[in-house]
This record gives sequence, structure tokens and C-alpha cells, in this order.
Amino acid sequence: MEESKYVGKSTVRIDGKAKISGAAKFIEDIDFGADLLYAEVVESKFAHAIINSIDTSEAEKFPGVVKVVTGKEFPYRFGLYMHDRYIFAQDRVRFVGEQIAAVIARTPAAARKAAKLVKVDYTELPNVLNVEDALKKDTFLLHPELGNYQHVPWFFPKPDTNISHLRKVRKGDAEKAFKEADFVFEDTYTVPRYAHCAIEVHGTIGLFDNSERLTVWTASQSPYTQRHLFAEALSPLGLTHKDVRVITPFVGGGFGGKAGVSMEIIGAALATTVKGRPVKVLWSRAQEFYNTYQRQGLTCRIKVGVNKDGKIIAMDNTLYWDAGAYVEYGANVVNAAGLSASGPYNIPNVKIDSYCVYTNLPPGGPYRGFGYSEFLFGLESHMNEIAKNINIDPVQFRRINAIREGDILNYGGKMNPNGLIEAIDKVAEAIDWGKKEYSDDPNKAIGKGIALFWKAPAMPPNASSSAFLKFNEDASLNIMISGMEIGQGLLTVMAQIAAEVLSVPPEKIRVETPDTDRNPYEWQTVASHVTWGCGRAVERAAIDAREQIFDLIERALGKERSSLYLQDECVKSKKDIEFSLPLKDFIINGIMKEDGTYRGGPIIGRGMFMPEFSSALSDPETSQGGKPNVHYTVGASAIKIEIDRQTGKMTIPKAVLAIDVGRALNPNLIKGQITGGLLQGIATVLYEDMRYSDKGKLLNASFSDYKIPTAMDIPAEVVSIIIETPQPDGPSGARGMGEHTMIPAAPMIANAVEDALGIRIKSMPVTAEKIALSMINENIKADIINS
Amino acid sequence: MKKEINFILNGEKVNLEVAPGEILLEVLRDKLGVKSPKCGCNKGDCGTCTVMLNGKTVRSCLVLAIEVNDQEVVTLEGIMHSGLTPLQESFLKHNSFQCGFCAPGMILSATELLGKNPKPEKREIQEAIAGNLCRCTGYSPVIDAIIDLTN
Repeated sequence: MEESKYVGKSTVRIDGKAKISGAAKFIEDIDFGADLLYAEVVESKFAHAIINSIDTSEAEKFPGVVKVVTGKEFPYRFGLYMHDRYIFAQDRVRFVGEQIAAVIARTPAAARKAAKLVKVDYTELPNVLNVEDALKKDTFLLHPELGNYQHVPWFFPKPDTNISHLRKVRKGDAEKAFKEADFVFEDTYTVPRYAHCAIEVHGTIGLFDNSERLTVWTASQSPYTQRHLFAEALSPLGLTHKDVRVITPFVGGGFGGKAGVSMEIIGAALATTVKGRPVKVLWSRAQEFYNTYQRQGLTCRIKVGVNKDGKIIAMDNTLYWDAGAYVEYGANVVNAAGLSASGPYNIPNVKIDSYCVYTNLPPGGPYRGFGYSEFLFGLESHMNEIAKNINIDPVQFRRINAIREGDILNYGGKMNPNGLIEAIDKVAEAIDWGKKEYSDDPNKAIGKGIALFWKAPAMPPNASSSAFLKFNEDASLNIMISGMEIGQGLLTVMAQIAAEVLSVPPEKIRVETPDTDRNPYEWQTVASHVTWGCGRAVERAAIDAREQIFDLIERALGKERSSLYLQDECVKSKKDIEFSLPLKDFIINGIMKEDGTYRGGPIIGRGMFMPEFSSALSDPETSQGGKPNVHYTVGASAIKIEIDRQTGKMTIPKAVLAIDVGRALNPNLIKGQITGGLLQGIATVLYEDMRYSDKGKLLNASFSDYKIPTAMDIPAEVVSIIIETPQPDGPSGARGMGEHTMIPAAPMIANAVEDALGIRIKSMPVTAEKIALSMINENIKADIINS
Repeated sequence: MKKEINFILNGEKVNLEVAPGEILLEVLRDKLGVKSPKCGCNKGDCGTCTVMLNGKTVRSCLVLAIEVNDQEVVTLEGIMHSGLTPLQESFLKHNSFQCGFCAPGMILSATELLGKNPKPEKREIQEAIAGNLCRCTGYSPVIDAIIDLTN
């Protein structure tokens, strides 16, 4: 590995002082002046109903109300990957809490009160609240128009059903291999819905000014995608991309929940109805739970064929996703998971069917892990069960089947370089695998569990990033990108990448959050791809600036270009060791010649990255062909738990996670992702799940009822292991790793519970209650056998 | 009917009129422009609105503005008398925040703890910040920053 000065170091965050001093501005911290208006949304009471009429007359008369807006004013469909949503419901509502209308008023209180006066007349329709009902032959169709919806070419909706997309993978001949396998193991695992729970809620402020330009401030991971969708959805009003500007200040947590476009389009649309005045839409914590994207529920039926030697020869994995009322983003979760649902294993014969199913629950969408957390719960639980049944150690079983560089992926491509075996060995060592441990308390059992993970960025093949880089007089510099700082430390890492190329220390580099008028294009900050993609764009922008510097030095001073290099903020020459010209002496004002004229001018770099090797085109029946995934990041994780046999209550003495990041650009930030992601994953197993009434209403839409972990609920020890097998096309060899840290948590805990108590929990979450009840059932069974 | 209140905010005397139902958090943010306390849930669950009232942390979303009449309120802005405090420096060093949204409240809770107990045990630290939800860090970098400072 090349010697580096800034990349690979635990540089202190360049956004650190702003964030810990309270200086960092979030969406709610921006003042919009005295003429700011406030909007309150009128929501559907029913999970499924026809809207017969909306009476806004009483609300309009309420003091302080400026306007009441309904779906009639915006009869436009929109969506990221499939156009199946409306800004406001048209003639039909499909989940409890769906926006039907909005009241715009001078104060939040007036908007709130008046919204209650809007009368909606409904005719209820049959609720379709789970996948099983949605797939019945005589089921009620949520989207009779499905066949007409515009969508990306890699989706395959089934008109006249509730299946909005089916991703099929056929590799080898699974049917034949099952017949040849020594053993076949089959089981079903279920995963409920989850909420992101960023501490900052969604908010948006739209201003359609009197020159008819629309500016939208959003708490978002996706400013450019938002601009595009706003411009597209509102194009009937005559808006074009240049008329729409999206500004995204710091975001108080994303986790996928602020990706794409959800409630933000309401602010953009409402602004066009009150020209000249800004209008704010701010979600309450309850709305944050029931009307943003949710992590989709999953039922997964998995069948694995394995030989006596432990080699897996066939897998059949059928995934049914409870995708909710609209799948404009969520269908791509289903797609991505479908392509990879065989996990980080080299399996010659694979059959996967991944069904995206409409239900009358809130829309599913991106959530850290993008489908992988969900299918890995079943897959990695099942791997342990198989290992147990064929008497092979679970770690050894995984080593036998782990995917290696060059192995053939489900769609026919080859696996990228990776350190999965090293990860397995290192976590096994760190958790003392194979050493049975006993609690000092006889009422408690200790168990250990392991799980492997992998994940590829799920992105369109042409998802691109770009960067501008401009020097200031003192050779400090500003980098403009539209990759979003959502806590992961993107701004810092981008500064480190540029620092390495230009020899300017990161503390002299400013990187700010995006404004689409100023900062160049970025697809979205999702998929754990920005370190890689946006990083490459920044690297290229820095190289572009460096080359301009060398051009200038050659042209103005006659130095041999090929001997020039940058060091300590100076241009130096390998041929002339005396030569050292500080960047600040010429970077803006140029170099003076003997006659008093100057050469040069402000140095501005530009860089762009698009993965030109990627393609989403493949055979819809098999997924063969194309290269939908740019690379996979892999790793392994293990945990030690201590469980009370009576209550099922669990503590975590130790958790270990090893991940192959290609190159650790900033080890401290990587450790931050590991400690944070692991706890978010652990929370989905031990504490959280979304509960719905039989009418489709979310019952636990608050932090009082949907418990996320506090500082009391953390593992006693977290061991972070960084593995570096370079990604050939990554900046300095790096690949993404942000989402991956939460993916293995669920199955490794389920496996540890099984190790401790001998019971297999097949539905998430693995709560104390479930464990205690299972123990009672086991004891009853044992009593019956003994009596 | 509005009522006049007087209180000390970050060392300065403040005088303003508030309605009886107005919440301290809203008054601080919207009327006085003090933005470090954030609103995350508006019902006392998340702790992002933490401020100090007479030296003790409270959730400003649960306090009526009229209640602070004649009292002293300190927000994050008010503890930085000469730049960052050693605790904030330790947060920086340990990467104890990611998105930064919970940081103001978290720092105030930790400041209160260290004021009462300069050498807290790990368990005491966990208890002291248990009312401040953070979805990013997994809390251990926060705990590390506090422990490091006390050593």
C-alpha cells in the first residue's frame, strides 16, 4: 500500500466544531421571516377507502387560514423507480395517515385546528393488511392501474395482481441439485416492519417566489433526486429543472429514511399555491413513524440442499415483501435483495423469487441495509440450523461455503476481491469461538452466535457523482459536492481524499452541505456508495486541479512537467531540489513573468464518476446477464449474550464485527459506523417492531411505545476489526461500509440464543417475552416426554 | 392573556411577554433565537431539547415558559465561555457524535453529571445520558469521551 499522509488517518471531523457547538444548522434552525406560512396535512382515517368528497368550506373560514389544498390541484403521479404515488390522494386512500389535503395558515395552531374541520366522505374498501391476503386469488386490487404505471426497465410488475415487481434469479439447475443433495433443509422466517427513528423529523420549506422560481429547503439525503422529482411532478405548472432549487442543510440522521422523496413533495407543491410566501411542512414524531418510508416486512421461505461434506449445492429462497401502499422506492429494495438473497456464499445452483407485494400499510422504502438485514435473518439462522443438523461447526460450515474472489455471482458476474475468510477467522478468534462459557449465575446461560454479511450498493447503472474544487488565495480550498453529510463523516473523508492529492491538510479544506444551484450533481447519498462514487469524483477533481497547476508551472517557469510533484502545499521538482513554490503564491493570482505580465488564474478542478461497467439489463426470467451490482462489501460478526432462563432478558457482554472496507480512509469514522450500526441492528432484534391494529393503524407511533436503545442498552464491549482488501476502482482502494454494520445483528443474536438455550426463534424481534414463552413451551414438552 | 417574564438566559437578563401555554423550547428557539435545543419528539422522550434550569437539566419541551420566571436558564450556547469546553474537545477527539442533532442535549447532560461527580463510573455515565437518545453512535464513543476526560 502506498505511503499516504492524509488518507488512512483518523482525521478529526471537519464538521465537528459546528456540530458540537450548536452552530450546525438543521432544517428547523433556518429562519424564514414573518411571512412564513405553516401547513397541516389532513390524513386518511382508513387503510383503504374511496374518497367520495372533500368539504373544505369550514376550514377555509377558520381565522388565520390562507388556503386549503386538495389532490384536485395536483393530479400528477410521481415516484423514484415507479410512478405509483400522488402528491395528495386522488379518489382513493391506501393507508392510514395518507395525505388527502393540506391547510395552509399563518400559525401552526391555526393550521392544526382548521385541518380538523376538513370533512372527508369515504366509502371503506376491504383492507389488505398482509402479504398472504394480498396474494389470494380473489383478493382486492390496491392498484388496478398497475399495468399503466411508468417504471424503470428492471421492474416486472404483474398487472391485475398486487405484485408490483417480481425479481427472479435462476442460476444453474436448483431443482436437479436438490435431488442430488445429501440433505435438504427448509424453513420459514419472518421479519416485521421497522422505523428509522432519526432523532430529527422530516421537514421541508417551499418558496415559489414572484419570479416563479421554486426553492425547497429539505432535510434530505437526496437533493438532486428531489429536484428532479419536483421538476418532473410539477412540470405541468411550467417548472423546469433550472427553476427548481433544493437546499439541504445538515441532516439529523438519515438511515435511508430521508432518501428519495417522501413528504418533501408536499412542501414543494404547496409552495406553488401561495406564490411569494414560504410555507413549512414539519412532521410530528407520530407522522415520522406512519408517513415516511418504513422498513418492509418479510416472509422468507428458504430451502437449502447440502452434501455430507458441508458443501451447499442448491438454494431456493422465496421472499414475500410487505411493501405497503406505494412501492415507488421500495420495489428496488425487493429487487436488490432478490439479486443477492443467497448471501455471501458460493452456491452453484440458485433459485430466488422476490415478490414486491402491495398492502394497505404505509409505504415501504429504503432503510439502512436495503433488504439485506431482512433476508439475512432467515438465511443466517438457517445456516446455523443446517450446520447443527449435519454436525459441522457453524464457523467451519461458513468457511467451507464462503464466497471468494472470482466466484460466479447470481447474475453471472464475478465476485470482487474480498477478505471474507479473514473476517470469519478474526471474529471467531475475538469471540473465543468453540470455548463454551458458563455464567456465574445458575439462572443464566451464555451463548455465542455468528453471522456473515454482504451487501452491494443498489443503484441504477448510471448513478453518478461529481465535484467542483476551488482554491482560495491562501491555498485553502472549498469542495462542492452534493453527497450528503448525514453523520457518517462524508465531508471529512472527501477533504482527506483531496488533501492527499493536493498536499493541502484537511483542516484547510471546507466542504459544505449541498445547494443544487451551486454544487454539482450527485445521484443520492444512499447505498453506502458515496465514499466510493463521490470519493472518486473528488479524487478526479483534485487530480484535475493538480494537472492545471503543473501545466502552469511548466508554461510560466519552464520546469519539466513530468518531474513536478506536490508536497506540503508547495510545488516541487524531482530534478531541481531547490525549487519549492508555495501554492498560495500563485494559486489565484498567477505567476509573474520578467516583463510584469502574469500567467495563470484561479485554479478550479472538476471531477465526475459514473460506473460505466454497470448494467441493469438482464433476462427477466433468470437475471442472467448485465452487471447490476458494482461490488459487494463483506464481513462477519459475532456476539456473546447472557440470558436469564426464566425471563428471557438478555445482556451483551461482547460484540465483534469485522468488515472489509477496501481501504480505511478514516479508521475512527469506520469504528463509529460499527458501534452505531451494530446497536441499530441489535435494537431490531431486542427492542423494536411496528405494531398495527386490525384496521391497519400503527399502534406504537412514538418513542414511548416504540423503544429505541438508550445508553443503558449497549453491549458492554464492541470490538471493531477493519480488513483492507483494496477495491480496484475505489478511491485509494476504499469501498462503502455504512449500512453493513447493522445487517448481521439479528441472525447472530438468534444464533446465540439457540446456542445458549437450544431454542430457535424464527420471527423477529427476538424479545425476552418470546424467549421466555419458548422456554415454557420447551419445558412443557420435556415434562410430557418425561411423564 | 400574556404575562411578562424575566429570567437569566446564558448570563443575560431576558424580559419578554409569553402566553400561559407557551413552551420554553419554542420561546427559546422562535422568540429568542437560541437554536441549540432541538425538537425531536415534543413529549419528553428524546432529550434533544435539554437545557439547564438552575443548574439542572430539564426537557425544555415539557417546561412552560412562564415557569422560568426569575430562574436561570443555560443552553449549550451558554457553557462555551471561552471556546469549546474540555468535554466538547473530548467529544471531538472521540468522534462522539455523527449527525450532531443530539449533541447539544447530550453535552449538557454530561456537563451536569461532571459538575456533580467529577469521577463517574461507566454505569453512572450511562444513567446520566440515558435520557438523551442518539440513533447514530451506539453511545459508546460518548461514554469513552467522558471517561477519557475524567482520567
